[in-house]
Amino acid sequence: MCLVGESGCGKTTTGRLLAGLIRPTSGRLLYEGKDVWQTKGADLARFRRAVQLVHQDPYASLNPTRTVFQTLSAPLYRHKKARGGRQALAAVSELLERVDLTPPDNFVSKYPHQLSGGQRQRVSIARALTVDPKVIVADEAVSMVDVSIRISLLNLLLALGREFGVTIVLITHDLAVARYFARHGRIGVMYLGRVVELAETESLVSDPAHPYSAALIAAIPEADPEITRGKKRVELRSAEIPSLLDLPPGCTFHPRCPLSEAGLCDVKIPELLAIPGHREVACHVAVRERTAEPAAATA
Amino acid sequence: MPVLSVRGLSIDYLTRRGAVHAVRDVSFELEKSETLAIIGESGSGKTTLAVGLIRLSPRGTRVATGEILYTKDGMTSDIRKLDDDDLREYRWAECAMVFQAALNSFNPVITIWEQFLDTARAHGIKDKHRVRERSAELLDLVHLDARRVLPAFPHELSGGMKQRVLIALALMLEPQMLILDEPTTALDILTQRSIIDLLRQLRQRLGFSMIFISHDLSIAAELADRMITMYAGRVVERARVEDMFYRPRHPYSLGLLRAVPRVSGALGSVASIPGSPPDLIRLPKGCSYAPRCPYAIDACREAEPPLLKVDTPEHEAACIRWQHVAEVIGSKAPLPVAEKLA
Amino acid sequence: MSTAILARPTLGQRVAGPMVATFEFLRLLATRPIGLAGFVGIVFFIFLAFVAPLFVPLRNDPSLVDIYQAPSAAHPLGTDFQGRDVLNQIVYGGRDILTVAILAALVSTFIAISIGSVAATVGGRLDTAILAITDVTLTLPKLILLIAVAAILRPTSFVFLAVILGLLQWSSLLRQVRSQVLSLKERDYVEAARSLDLGLFHIVFREILPTMRSYIVIHFILAMTEAMYAQVFIIFLGLVPVSGSNWGIMLYFAQGQGALFYKDSIWYILSPILAVSLVQLSLVSFAGALEDIFNPRLRGA
Repeated sequence: MCLVGESGCGKTTTGRLLAGLIRPTSGRLLYEGKDVWQTKGADLARFRRAVQLVHQDPYASLNPTRTVFQTLSAPLYRHKKARGGRQALAAVSELLERVDLTPPDNFVSKYPHQLSGGQRQRVSIARALTVDPKVIVADEAVSMVDVSIRISLLNLLLALGREFGVTIVLITHDLAVARYFARHGRIGVMYLGRVVELAETESLVSDPAHPYSAALIAAIPEADPEITRGKKRVELRSAEIPSLLDLPPGCTFHPRCPLSEAGLCDVKIPELLAIPGHREVACHVAVRERTAEPAAATA
Repeated sequence: MPVLSVRGLSIDYLTRRGAVHAVRDVSFELEKSETLAIIGESGSGKTTLAVGLIRLSPRGTRVATGEILYTKDGMTSDIRKLDDDDLREYRWAECAMVFQAALNSFNPVITIWEQFLDTARAHGIKDKHRVRERSAELLDLVHLDARRVLPAFPHELSGGMKQRVLIALALMLEPQMLILDEPTTALDILTQRSIIDLLRQLRQRLGFSMIFISHDLSIAAELADRMITMYAGRVVERARVEDMFYRPRHPYSLGLLRAVPRVSGALGSVASIPGSPPDLIRLPKGCSYAPRCPYAIDACREAEPPLLKVDTPEHEAACIRWQHVAEVIGSKAPLPVAEKLA
Repeated sequence: MSTAILARPTLGQRVAGPMVATFEFLRLLATRPIGLAGFVGIVFFIFLAFVAPLFVPLRNDPSLVDIYQAPSAAHPLGTDFQGRDVLNQIVYGGRDILTVAILAALVSTFIAISIGSVAATVGGRLDTAILAITDVTLTLPKLILLIAVAAILRPTSFVFLAVILGLLQWSSLLRQVRSQVLSLKERDYVEAARSLDLGLFHIVFREILPTMRSYIVIHFILAMTEAMYAQVFIIFLGLVPVSGSNWGIMLYFAQGQGALFYKDSIWYILSPILAVSLVQLSLVSFAGALEDIFNPRLRGA
């Protein structure tokens, strides 16, 4: 599962919301069928542990004054997963091996500033694993590490998902990363705080339904001169992104949208509706066209 | 005659632990109206090189060797030997730079118009009317409405608009050359796209030369004529953009290309480069990429390989195994990288 | 498998750890000449004040034939208005001054950290109230208040004096601690600790305060200098009942007994002033060097 959107579209807030760190203004967050914010004390703490966040900035997500061992052992002690130093050390070593920081002895007594960005990110992931989470929300977890090692971090997250049954939600602005990561899953595209399209990865990339997704895919510069210079552009009506404080009425994308229809898109907020092909889209025009076609064909 | 010609440039940072060899023996040439992309990751020396080109290096930096030759109207001068006045002239009038961090470096309490005025005054243009005309012209060039933008304060503009204003400012004195450090990194995708298109247009219209400094291969794919890949302070490969993307001959360039997934077309095989870049104070003996390189042989660890001519005269790679790399790409054999796509 | 990083080390390791840290500390200090000089100065004065009196006999008997003598072999810094040896008084006069300075700094630092971090962590009305009190305290003219308080309460014990000094100088540190904790609270690693459910105690004492360690130590040293000045000042004014001997009392008598009018008494007047100034200088330059040394990026680099 991947969430894709541009800066300021509410991705990070969604991530923190998912992790139960902030309270929603309205709506509910369900975990195992229960509304998280109706639970209290121990239940809320249990939920928070079940959903762990891996932050974007590998320089800020680890406490600079604590060694890798201290960082990883604190939750183990706290939640009685280890008693005594020897047990903790064994558990920490196992965690480090799990995130491919081998041999663990080289890393246990290091401070964050002695590690590279990628290594720090691995320690962050190991820290999330200390409490056996059900979900890991990786908020731009690879965008601040070097290009050449991003894929290995993504592979690590994927492997953890497979081996331990952890659901990984990757939040990213980079559609190429999202496509790689969620190649067997789904991508949700966000615009100004709303999910505008939710679809299986390959169908989204090859045939985006929402005009915003289409514009995004057409605009992405790619690391291939022939593809990128030959791309067809989707002309937007405006380059300006509205402020989240002053959202346009109706569909938030209508001031920029090439398909916008006066009297419809600028008045009525589109809902996220299912359309054929196991996907959902929040666009009046796309829903009408995509559901009308097969109906017309059968008629 | 190239506009800019860098020969054997080496730049060190002096630190407590010793000298950091950030840029080592870099040479390249920039032709008129040409776009050159310098690609590298953190610690590759690309930013040190860029600020070195306009002599804006921070204190504690030492340019060890080399020359930076700049040619205009048949006159060639060495940037390293310019006095302060000539240097100031060179920085804006001949070679303007747009920094990555500059988006946040606007003075927040003065309007865009005052920014233009200050820049113009610093270069001896005193006549307000002329500045007004020129700034309107420049803003028009970057598709901004001068009447609305000039009286605005920086916080009233979006990131993309600020980037456009910066480009307009850089073009004020009609420089021959523009250096852009990560020009699109902080921007979102649709804005990135519009800036890239803008730069392409401007170059066609005004005919200046450009140097991009970036970690992002896609911006090179979009705009560059030629490319340089840097690793651990050295140029490891230099080629025309098609050659670099489709026929790379240095294992690092190849690794970098394979590390970036695509949105369009087949996903292909994507893999990271194992390991991490070397310590620039204590560099390993021989080729500095050898510890991470899947094709390294014993000879690689003995001497640092020079840039060798490969395939065409315009293509050079600092790898003694380049023919092997060529065979691997040509044969489409499974790649010997640590992590392959499952 | 290396056991040096276990949370509960054996006795040998418990000693070895700090020794390595001390060695590392001295190595880094050695690269900063001014800080090193400050450190040597502090060690010297602590030795002078607390250890030297054990070896040097107190010579406190007035001797009328020796009044206001110039420095000589018998009296290296000359004598005072009662013919007592000045050097001897300098040796004996540091202990109280340094003790009070340390105690006062402890009191003010403790108040600032505990209340400041609570205010920032709990927030809400408590925070507002604490902040209001702090701001009022900040605006008070401290020296005048100190004079008034000392004149009314007439502190007879030095512990009492230290508490008064401490109570008067916590406000600026509290404000800084509060704002630091507020910003540290938003750090990703604190958020991670919350989501790992590590508890408030862990978050305040393991995640937030250790990152402020250097800051606290440096402030502690500067609080000592402040307490020293204030202390010597009110003793000099005679607001503290004088008994025994310390650098402040030496100055009080030097002024009161008209030492200024004797030509050979210059060293008598200068000695306590120099002692106070040198301690201050040492503290300040040492604090400056600590700033660099505590930066974890420089450690082990």
